[in-house]
Amino acid sequence: MTDIELSRGPRKIVIDPVTRVEGHGKVTIRLNEAGEVEQARFHVVEFRGFERFIQGRMYWEVPVIVQRLCGICPVSHHLGAAKAMDVIAGVDQVTPTAEKMRRLMHYGQVLQSNAVNFFHLASPDLLLGFDAPVEQRNIIGVMNAFPEVGKWAIFIRKFGQQVIAATGGRRIHPRLCVPGGVNQNLSIENRDMLRKDVDQIVQWCRDALELHKSFVHSHEALHENFASFPSSYMSLVGADGGMDLYDGTLRAIDADNTPIFEGVQPADYADYIVEEVRSWSYMKFPHIRSLGREHGWYRVGPLAQLNCCAFIGTPIANAARTEFMAQGRGGLVHSTLSYHWARLICMIHCAEKIRELLFDDDLQGTDLVLTGTRRPEGVAIIEAPRGTLIHHYTVDDNDQVSGANLIVSTTNNNEAMNRSVKQVAVEYLTGHEITEGLLNHIEVAIRAYDPCLSCATHAIGQMPLVVTLEDADGAVIATRVKQ
Amino acid sequence: MDDATIRFTVDGIEIEAVAGQTVIEACDAAGIYIPRLCHHPDLAPAGQCRVCTCTINGRNGAACVTPAMQGMVVENETKPLNDDRRAIIEMLFVEGNHPCVYCVASGDCELQALGYRLGLDAPKQPYLWPGRPLDTTHPDIILDHDRCILCSRCIRASRMEDGKTVFGFEGRGIAMRLNVDAQGGLGETQMAAIDRAASVCPVACIVIKRDSYKVPNGKRRFDVSPIGSDIEAKRMPRT
Ligand code: SF4
Ligand code: SF4
Ligand code: FES
Repeated sequence: MTDIELSRGPRKIVIDPVTRVEGHGKVTIRLNEAGEVEQARFHVVEFRGFERFIQGRMYWEVPVIVQRLCGICPVSHHLGAAKAMDVIAGVDQVTPTAEKMRRLMHYGQVLQSNAVNFFHLASPDLLLGFDAPVEQRNIIGVMNAFPEVGKWAIFIRKFGQQVIAATGGRRIHPRLCVPGGVNQNLSIENRDMLRKDVDQIVQWCRDALELHKSFVHSHEALHENFASFPSSYMSLVGADGGMDLYDGTLRAIDADNTPIFEGVQPADYADYIVEEVRSWSYMKFPHIRSLGREHGWYRVGPLAQLNCCAFIGTPIANAARTEFMAQGRGGLVHSTLSYHWARLICMIHCAEKIRELLFDDDLQGTDLVLTGTRRPEGVAIIEAPRGTLIHHYTVDDNDQVSGANLIVSTTNNNEAMNRSVKQVAVEYLTGHEITEGLLNHIEVAIRAYDPCLSCATHAIGQMPLVVTLEDADGAVIATRVKQ
Repeated sequence: MDDATIRFTVDGIEIEAVAGQTVIEACDAAGIYIPRLCHHPDLAPAGQCRVCTCTINGRNGAACVTPAMQGMVVENETKPLNDDRRAIIEMLFVEGNHPCVYCVASGDCELQALGYRLGLDAPKQPYLWPGRPLDTTHPDIILDHDRCILCSRCIRASRMEDGKTVFGFEGRGIAMRLNVDAQGGLGETQMAAIDRAASVCPVACIVIKRDSYKVPNGKRRFDVSPIGSDIEAKRMPRT
């Protein structure tokens, strides 16, 4: 349903609901005196409460509680909090069985979440065209036109969920981690069930990548330019510089691939990243301290994961990365739509890692939990499906959480999403009308980042996208709502 | 069969009891499950929660405190009784704060398990959201008053099994609360983690610290079999 309001002549436009994005968003486009786009803001107007909510709870409850802040990537929060609680529990390195169980769960989660974004949310835009009629531009429309995509959408996602269930007892909101380890190993029965399908899953991820590349090659200019700009990037990388979605140190690079910082231990993140609060959004704006608020913003997520690492430690994904990076002609890849290509490579990597782990006997080990000397503070970072996720807690002498700070992936991408929206508005806004085309393009730009708004703002519930157009004085010219 | 054997029927099934047994004890032995919360086989009965209420010779009474008697006619598994039990469970849910989704006892909690068994989907009564403190003063034990259902198991266990007086109730009616015998909280009492009082709580009010979530989903007590099925298994035909 769409509704347009025109008030007080041609001055301000609002678009409110971006569909197929978790949570809700509101976009305001501000025009200058000359009627040109001056500013675009992607507001997040939900209430942020989880950091307060967990204060006072026992620290071992946190990995189970915080995953409830997100219905999309609960596992990432479960793992992120668990790693922070390892630190609190005085355990620097969990046992091989515990680490591999957690990794297996994580790869299952990243695989299934990226599959949902790519197949269910983004593929209608990419495969049917941004301007395809809205009744067709959905996963059913895609399945009609490309039946194999429907198969991939269902089975790759399902496989990821099966991995989560096999490690944590259920497909969503699993419980695997306790501070210092895990509560079970992988049963032979589950291992064999997953082994049966894993080759097919790897192959389907490769097939999906090939299909996507054919889209990219037939729309090269669009792919290169849409909502795009050079930026800095940040992600975790492993000790060898390779992609590591579960553990490692932070690396940030500028648009020319010059390191801004690297080897930053999670515990030191606050020395490098500052969070700024702005009045018009509940979502914080993190930036790199040394570069300041103007220039210190960066991007995270699959594109950053590929740009920041030196290689990928699984062969098929690594070959795919080499081909992907060639788009950058010797530099980084900056195009915003490349998030999807990068997402598919991450999916291949996860499927390969799952296959590798399913043949690792450590997963049947029985040494599950370690204990250590309690510490008052713990920080952990993982690469969630949407990018770098930071969990930071302090705990008092009675084991109650006294402070919590979460910087979620969508928050890290906040400034970049605003810039992408502005770019789209500059290109696609004509006059003072919020056309269906403009709405569609704004949605496509935001969706490339796969934002998870309820998680970024720690709210519960889902709402639509609203786009508003404002004049130079802030008066509303038009509002368009997309449910 | 000797003279001491008492015979009576429960939902038309004839069972036997020995003198001194309560209705619930005789039913447990005979493989008939009567829902209960405050009753614990190792503790003296208290008749506190009324979940075990049955119709006994036409009148309602708590099975955990009613002695078995010759020829009595007991109704247990009836719709009106189960409706009342569900209403009691519902009131316990709304009068406390019960976030089962992340509770350490989830899957191992008798209140939750009874909710499932009795088909309590979503409470119809409004949640009262009481503000109750979390007592973390003890180095090894947490007292999470949000979850307390005032069953008195801990009081009975502390007094009769541990020889201490750590717990007691204060206040009346809806204002009734569990309290401990020290101003500064549980940490100032004589309570020890090995006390019987630390292991009888049917919910997550008394919890041993750092011991949570060790049992995976699917393997917790009531994931494996619904509450009461251990008792009912005694009546299963042998194969
Ligand atoms: S004590 Fe039982 S009913 Fe209460 S929150 Fe925990 S699991 Fe749920
Ligand atoms: S603390 Fe547990 S055992 Fe004691 S009265 Fe409350 S619910 Fe019953
Ligand atoms: S079990 Fe009988 S009154 Fe509680």
